[in-house]
Amino acid sequence: MPHRTFLWFILPSLLAMILFIALPIGSVLVQSMHVEHEQVLIETETCGPFGCTPSVSVDQNATRALREAQPLGRFNGLRTYTDRNHLATAEVAQAWSETDSLTGFAGRLMNLPFYKALAFTLAYTFVVTPLVIVLGMAIALGVNGLPQLMKGTTIFVSLLPMIVTPLVGSLILFWMIDADGVIGATLQRLTGDPNLSLKASPVLTWITLFVYGIWHSAPFAFIVFYAGLQTVPAETLEAAQIDGASRWQRLRYVVIPHMAPLVVFVVLIQLMDNFRVFEPIVGFSAAANATSLSYFIYSDLRGDVAQFGSAAATSMLTILGVAILLTPVLIRTWRDFNRKRV
Amino acid sequence: MSSVAKRRSTPLIVLSSAFVAAWLIVAAFPFLWTLWGSFKVQGDFFSRADWMNALWGTRTVIETGSAFTGNGYYGAFVEEGFWRAALNTLVVVVFTVIVSLTFGTLGGYALARSGYRYAFWLLMLALVFRAMPHITLVSGYLLPFFEWNLWGHKTTAIIVLVAINQPFTLWMLHSFFLNIPKDLDESAMVDGCTRFQAFRHVIIPVMWPGVVTTGLFSFLLAYNDFAVTAMLLSQENQTMVPQIAGFLGSTFEEGNVMFAVAAVVSATAPLLLLIIFFQRQIVSGLTAGAVKG
Amino acid sequence: MAFLRLSGLTVAAALAGGTAWAGCDLAGGDIRILGNDFAAINAVVDGARACEGDGVSFSANLTTEHRDIQVAALTPNPAEYTSAIVANSSIVPLINAGLIRPLDDLVAEHGAGLNRNQLITIDGQVMAIAFMANAQHLFYRSDILEQAGVAVPTTYEEVLAAAEAIRAAGIMEHPYAMNTKVGWNLAEEFINMYLGMGGSFFEPGTANPAINNDAGVAALEMLAALNAYANPDFLTFDSNATAALWESGQLALATMWGSRAAPILDDEGSTAEITGATMLAGAPTVGGGTTPASTLWWDGFTIAANISDEDAEATFVAFMHGLSADNVAANNDLAVWLAPGYTPGATAGGVFATANAGAAPYPMLPYMGLMHTALGDNLSEFLQGQESAAQALADVEAAYVTAARAQGFVE
Repeated sequence: MPHRTFLWFILPSLLAMILFIALPIGSVLVQSMHVEHEQVLIETETCGPFGCTPSVSVDQNATRALREAQPLGRFNGLRTYTDRNHLATAEVAQAWSETDSLTGFAGRLMNLPFYKALAFTLAYTFVVTPLVIVLGMAIALGVNGLPQLMKGTTIFVSLLPMIVTPLVGSLILFWMIDADGVIGATLQRLTGDPNLSLKASPVLTWITLFVYGIWHSAPFAFIVFYAGLQTVPAETLEAAQIDGASRWQRLRYVVIPHMAPLVVFVVLIQLMDNFRVFEPIVGFSAAANATSLSYFIYSDLRGDVAQFGSAAATSMLTILGVAILLTPVLIRTWRDFNRKRV
Repeated sequence: MSSVAKRRSTPLIVLSSAFVAAWLIVAAFPFLWTLWGSFKVQGDFFSRADWMNALWGTRTVIETGSAFTGNGYYGAFVEEGFWRAALNTLVVVVFTVIVSLTFGTLGGYALARSGYRYAFWLLMLALVFRAMPHITLVSGYLLPFFEWNLWGHKTTAIIVLVAINQPFTLWMLHSFFLNIPKDLDESAMVDGCTRFQAFRHVIIPVMWPGVVTTGLFSFLLAYNDFAVTAMLLSQENQTMVPQIAGFLGSTFEEGNVMFAVAAVVSATAPLLLLIIFFQRQIVSGLTAGAVKG
Repeated sequence: MAFLRLSGLTVAAALAGGTAWAGCDLAGGDIRILGNDFAAINAVVDGARACEGDGVSFSANLTTEHRDIQVAALTPNPAEYTSAIVANSSIVPLINAGLIRPLDDLVAEHGAGLNRNQLITIDGQVMAIAFMANAQHLFYRSDILEQAGVAVPTTYEEVLAAAEAIRAAGIMEHPYAMNTKVGWNLAEEFINMYLGMGGSFFEPGTANPAINNDAGVAALEMLAALNAYANPDFLTFDSNATAALWESGQLALATMWGSRAAPILDDEGSTAEITGATMLAGAPTVGGGTTPASTLWWDGFTIAANISDEDAEATFVAFMHGLSADNVAANNDLAVWLAPGYTPGATAGGVFATANAGAAPYPMLPYMGLMHTALGDNLSEFLQGQESAAQALADVEAAYVTAARAQGFVE
């Protein structure tokens, strides 16, 4: 396709992305490398309904002058990235030199918010992604075998975990897994442990989040795989059958290779979404036992004092993390692309 | 595949049907529970005393005199005017899907047919764009939108949702177009069509399966979005999800959780109708050619 | 219970005897209000809407996300909103950025219907008008305390003893709860307990943290001791969870927000035995301290700086309408009102008792929000028994200093 035609076709899409994603990313990058001006503090007195208290406030005039001189703030280089609330390079180095065992070092590392969050995020990503793929594929194969008449309803019901607004979906599930709720109480009865609580112990909280993640994302994998299954060439399958291939062999050597590009697509999207896990942590009030990078961004931005610089740095680190995670998949896509080009 | 399916052995059919049935229960149980519970009072649906109350409506009988109550629905729709949010959502979602798909089909088609390396790098770039957490993006939009008086309008929210959604849409549609044989549009061009005419007359008629599937995901994204709509829309333009969040209450104030539950059920109902209405298109869309990476 | 001090002020200190406001008498102006979305604020805004018409336009955006958009919304000139309704924590970023205007002249001209204690002054300038108050205080079940043979606790040490007595008598295994959800809620409980212990958060006159001390450790240990009597899920308890537990009769003692008293005591969601025995008391003291371990909160309105004087005046007058004695009286039970016209009801007892016992207001410091966030993120490991109190406090200080450095408060 000539460059000019290509440009016209892609222009609306590209323009939208440049204006609303690329430019903001640029500005976020710049912000992450700046910190606020030194705030000039003055001692004051604050009075209200409950009496007067000595207090401190920001000297508006002095701070305004500083702000006007340098609207972006003070340049800080990459120091926000390396501070204790992010990569904590100094603290990691110190922990490394002060501890003599790996477990001791790991313990110190887990006390740093970034690494604690990273541990959960990676565990979540690498548990949920494969299980979503497997479950999605299994459901797709199962639904594909159903009589035509039942398929529509089945597809709709299968989509429900994705459709119900996560905000309220997790609220209801959170209540259900309470020790007094339907799932929590049933589990207590099944295990015979009256003190079993899915919300209190770190291990059970992690498992709960994993299960929710799989439940919520399986429909996506299912619908994509189901669509893909419809395009498996019937002739190849029949030919394989005539050649005496067993059902398993047909699945292994015909269906799965045909679906490979789809699997890559779902893996790509799932890795990315799971790495940014956020909603279940808030929905299940799980922050005591599980945090993620996205949760930090939320916590930074939603405090009474919004910490843009810190959130910006965490966002850039998220992008970097996603890029590293996706590299193997992307190399594969690159080879595919070059092969198709020829 | 269907011919193969017919030849399956009985144990396998039983096994796979049982598996699908189990999945359907797991998938639908929370929703059915919510549907049933939306006709109870909060004391039953979120009962701490005994979860069976949600089934029998013990407190509901005490508080309203009957085992079922429409109070949640009445409160959400009549007292709180939830229908207005539903209308806003309809507008936002419909336009987001239409614009997303228009941009996405053009872009996705170009990416699938380009063959130059930059097409690959554009796709990679789109992935990087997609990795950006939405909440950071939205916080960044606030100040310029307020400065330029763009904040609060549905159009702004629609454009932002389209933009945020573009990377996924592009990727998915690009995959679909790869699946449509090149010969189709190229032979049309040999017959004297321009690229755009070939796209219009040859590709558009056969692209619907991919568009329907991608549309489904665009739809769900816009429909369930909280980050963008909660922060960028003024009160008269508010959509359903932020309003549902408002029903939930805060640290200081008790909310009307049953309004939220009723609202969620009512928000899902039109989807059920939509899917039943378009069932044939969606299923045949999915069956006709569908996704390929 | 002596809620005389606050309620006495309410009547006595009205600047002009609380005359009802009649007519808006505005020549023109735009009124655009941003605020949280709950019943009391809705009532005020609906009252203010009476000024619409005759060249005065009125709009309001009441949303749970108000806090996250307020700074951006008030920054442009002219600002998107002429007023932001804030609490004593969320006013801080507006003040830090200089986005709200002093109200002294407007108060002098139109504030005749206000109580003097409604004026929030910073460095002598009125920056906001408070209209409702809130605080966490003790809820108790008189029937269960009686059954266990314990008196109403007035200190947290007595709360521990009472909880132990209830547990020992086999009445309840987990008789106590407070709002200890990780994040904002847990941090708030620590702040209450720490102030009750007589601690201060910063070195005087600076933004340097000073919480890793005996008072801090004692406050944390008290939180851990109390939560030994709470359900093991306590790190997920927000207001909705504790209120639901209370209404189901699973608690005998709880520290909850005063604004939750009315919905708990109403006839929905609970039985007559439970609500009939639910009593409100002031927040307990702790560690031999004399002031209650609780912080006092207010909600109030501010006027944007980047708007015309005409709009500012119109907005102020409209709020005076919304806070008129008639309107407050008509919505009496929605809140603990600070404005004239309010008759304290049964549900306000706990807040009044806490205020009258001299609890401290939540600190309105420019960097308190950073401390709050750091506390919320770093205390749960101690409460789960994974690290020592001193380590938890050291983590809080380290996280806070990092954040405060990026915001320019410490070097």
